[in-house]
Amino acid sequence: MSLRATRRRRQASFRWAVVGMIGLFFALPIFGMVEFTTRAPGGGRTLDTWATLLDFGAMDENYPELKAGLVASAGLTVLTVVIMLVMLVPTMTWVRLRLPGMRRLVEFVCLLPLTIPAIVLVVGLAPVYAWVAYFLGESSLWLAFAYVVLVLPYAYRALDAGLSAIDVKTLAEAARSLGAGWPTVMWRVILPNVRTAVLSASFLSVALVLGEFTIASLFSRDNLQVAINQLGHRDTSVAVAAALAALVLAFILLFAMSFVGARRRTHRPKES
Amino acid sequence: MSSLRMPATDRPDGTRQGVAVALYDLRRAYGPVRALDGLTLDIAPGEFVALLGPSGCGKTTALRVLAGLEDPDTGRVEVDGRDITATPTSARDMGMVFQAYSLFPHMTARQNVEFGLQLRRIPTARRRARGAEMLDLVGLSEEAERYAHQLSGGQQQRVALARALAIEPQVLLLDEPLSALDAKVRVQLRAEIRRIQLEVGTTTLFVTHDQEEALAVADRVGVMRAGNLEQLAAPQDLYSRPATAFVADFVGLTNRLPALVEGGRAQVLGTSVPLLPGSAQRGTATVLIRPESIAVTADPAGRATVVTASFLGATGLLHTVTESGESVVAQIDNEAVSTFNPGDKVTLIPRPNPALAVAAD
Repeated sequence: MSLRATRRRRQASFRWAVVGMIGLFFALPIFGMVEFTTRAPGGGRTLDTWATLLDFGAMDENYPELKAGLVASAGLTVLTVVIMLVMLVPTMTWVRLRLPGMRRLVEFVCLLPLTIPAIVLVVGLAPVYAWVAYFLGESSLWLAFAYVVLVLPYAYRALDAGLSAIDVKTLAEAARSLGAGWPTVMWRVILPNVRTAVLSASFLSVALVLGEFTIASLFSRDNLQVAINQLGHRDTSVAVAAALAALVLAFILLFAMSFVGARRRTHRPKES
Repeated sequence: MSSLRMPATDRPDGTRQGVAVALYDLRRAYGPVRALDGLTLDIAPGEFVALLGPSGCGKTTALRVLAGLEDPDTGRVEVDGRDITATPTSARDMGMVFQAYSLFPHMTARQNVEFGLQLRRIPTARRRARGAEMLDLVGLSEEAERYAHQLSGGQQQRVALARALAIEPQVLLLDEPLSALDAKVRVQLRAEIRRIQLEVGTTTLFVTHDQEEALAVADRVGVMRAGNLEQLAAPQDLYSRPATAFVADFVGLTNRLPALVEGGRAQVLGTSVPLLPGSAQRGTATVLIRPESIAVTADPAGRATVVTASFLGATGLLHTVTESGESVVAQIDNEAVSTFNPGDKVTLIPRPNPALAVAAD
């Protein structure tokens, strides 16, 4: 066997070993969660916990905090994504078109939340939320304003990559010269060409919102993670099942994100 | 056949389809740089004007101001006698082809061409017919369902041209649309642009830094320098009757030769040549003479020496140096190139074509 073939085989073995170790690292806790949530009281296995989790009627009756948390997180997810997109896409496009000198500043502002611990954010936001509660009420949905700040760095990066892949200025100018106003330029020219980036930013935001605990807990608001934490004191099995379900949902979303990106690349007609 | 196919001058009512365009005293500064410095330009209905000049001379800024993509600091833009200086780009009714490829990547060639018509709420059947007609006009009917990345650079610019023309714009603006293409495609496409412009008769402003391109396609060529027009003239006049030394230098090759000027004529290389209007009137001057305006004969007693003889395909160029040290370039027959060798003595005789004389450097 040649030296090159031996080396290639060693490299492949090393790669598989690394992938296997990482797989174990992720799989073991998940396996532990599955094992724990399928334990029957007298020994053996049961899917009762999962059946409870999927029965919304029973959940409302037995675990109202979980349902409330789930509903709040669903609402927060939608609201956060909508606010993030409405705020970020036009701003980033406008900065590219008209204020290129501001690009670094906008990037810095968007990446800033990465460097601020959640507790500091909460201290800063507390007085703001006093006013929010005064004007808009105590609903957990208003956490979306804080979550938009949290998702900014990830969303910015995803959208920036999408906008960098197209010549925004020329496309916008071409559309305007053909008679398109700014809303048409955004809706019919820019957005379709950064669709993958918008989806990436949205999925990342969803995953982040679904997993957020600190801010909601410190503001004493409901969301899925807070509900799971509360439930953990009362029914650990259902709490772990809910946590696992949230984790799997986040995996599915991230997988969907990479799948959408890949499908868009592979479905493009071939070069002539 | 649609009215678009009628030549501008052959319409039944005797009118041209294009509209008059006028730029008055346009000024635009970017910090300390004056991109436009009092530019005034009139374009007749249906006329094809090319703006030519070195990088940074303001030609693209002028076109962008006309398109509404830039606002002038002062000055006025009129189309068909109407002041449109404050009109937004989307309401100016101008078709534009950009230097960068500008097809919308998520649309096919047909969808790109129909985009402007969709915005104007043209019924689907008419839109389709118009789109097909435009693609046919640029010779890309077969590529209608292809996306931008499936088209070559030349095809993309053709589609961009079809898209710009589909909306029947009052003015067609071409911002160096050929500069990203290779030389052969560029020559083909520029001829096609001219053919199409003559067919549709739309008033056209074409910006380029390629003088051959400008001279080949335009009715008139404007040479710009430092934000203003140096000369606006028909290509032949611009070439053979440059108004300034800058124009003579910028357009084509020019020999700058010392001469004595008197009575409308210059004594240069031992020969008297007539001078163009606007030339220096008397005394020592620099005369600007084109290489093709200098005849060369092999002569062992000649007062110039061959430095190099270059074969350029259709023609040849002879680089020589005179006894007094001036470099002189002469255009020669391509077949004569091989008859000259470095070090050969030659006699240079300016032809009696009018030349421009400027005050000596």
